[in-house]
Amino acid sequence: MMPLWPEYVFMILGMGMVTYVPRWLPLIFLSRQQLPQWLVDWLDFIPVAILSALLAPLLLTSGADPHLDFGRAELLAAVPTFAVAFWTRSLGGTVLAGMLIFWLIRLYWPM
Amino acid sequence: MQGSPTSSVMRRGLAAAWPICLGYLPIGMALGVLGQKAGVHPLAIGFMSLIVFAGSAQFIAVSMISTGMPPITIVMTTFVVNLRHLLMSSALAIPFRGKRRSLLTLFAYGVTDESFAVNYPKLIEGNWQIEHALVVNHAANLTWIVSTIAGGYGGQYIPEGAFGIDYALIAMFICLLIFQLRGRIYFITAIIAGALAVGLSLLLPGNWHIILASVLAASLGTIIKQRSGRPTT
Repeated sequence: MMPLWPEYVFMILGMGMVTYVPRWLPLIFLSRQQLPQWLVDWLDFIPVAILSALLAPLLLTSGADPHLDFGRAELLAAVPTFAVAFWTRSLGGTVLAGMLIFWLIRLYWPM
Repeated sequence: MQGSPTSSVMRRGLAAAWPICLGYLPIGMALGVLGQKAGVHPLAIGFMSLIVFAGSAQFIAVSMISTGMPPITIVMTTFVVNLRHLLMSSALAIPFRGKRRSLLTLFAYGVTDESFAVNYPKLIEGNWQIEHALVVNHAANLTWIVSTIAGGYGGQYIPEGAFGIDYALIAMFICLLIFQLRGRIYFITAIIAGALAVGLSLLLPGNWHIILASVLAASLGTIIKQRSGRPTT
């Protein structure tokens, strides 16, 4: 075991605390307020923005020191996966189809 | 809001959670393997998964442990990497208006990119209570803990990339993004957020690009909506 036990435990507790507090504060306080309409609108755009912000770099960049890369198997597989999601509207179906597509691409077109 | 029987809550929650669990399996196992290589006992990794429950932050923590970084640096990095949950919990506060504090305190533990993306649209649609959402959170959490421990004990015997399972979460994000495109302005916001995130990820360390791109794109979406009058679609 790399770190000494008490030190490791304290580190984990610290990590847990700094992760939990930002998850907890808005739930407790914002759920008690009457929010102005612009803030409700803004918060309603947050999910689509976060999903896109999470996804786009996974598809379009590579490397530990990231650079643009339009030749990734992840990007190629995303095109039919988007189509499956759009036409089926099924989360489970899209996940299974995406896995199959990605697996086939990596099998037959190693990048 | 009629009280549905517990078994139906469980069933519907699990039906919504399984794609997350499928996606967590390979990632959790990969984390366990890395942890073991960094000299962290599988159960110590499991302890981290229980207390922290945040995938990308845990990967970063393990790599920092293996390079001998001081714990305080690891804790501060974790804070920055996970700050995006602040935005998610803020968005969730709207459908959870007036819910009991004890339930929200329990719920906060399970707010992740994945559970948020699955629960949020269902909560907005209605017909999805905090109890259903809690089942999703905890099914994902249990899968995460078990798969990180399993990875620490035997992950190195599983071939990498088997059955394309490492694409499960990307495919899930793709589908959930499609669900969120509820009108023209949502589409524009998504394009802006994606472009900004890619651009910023090349410039900024850590996960700042996710937070900044989301905040900027949501703000632009709000401005566009105000300018173009009430109708969103």
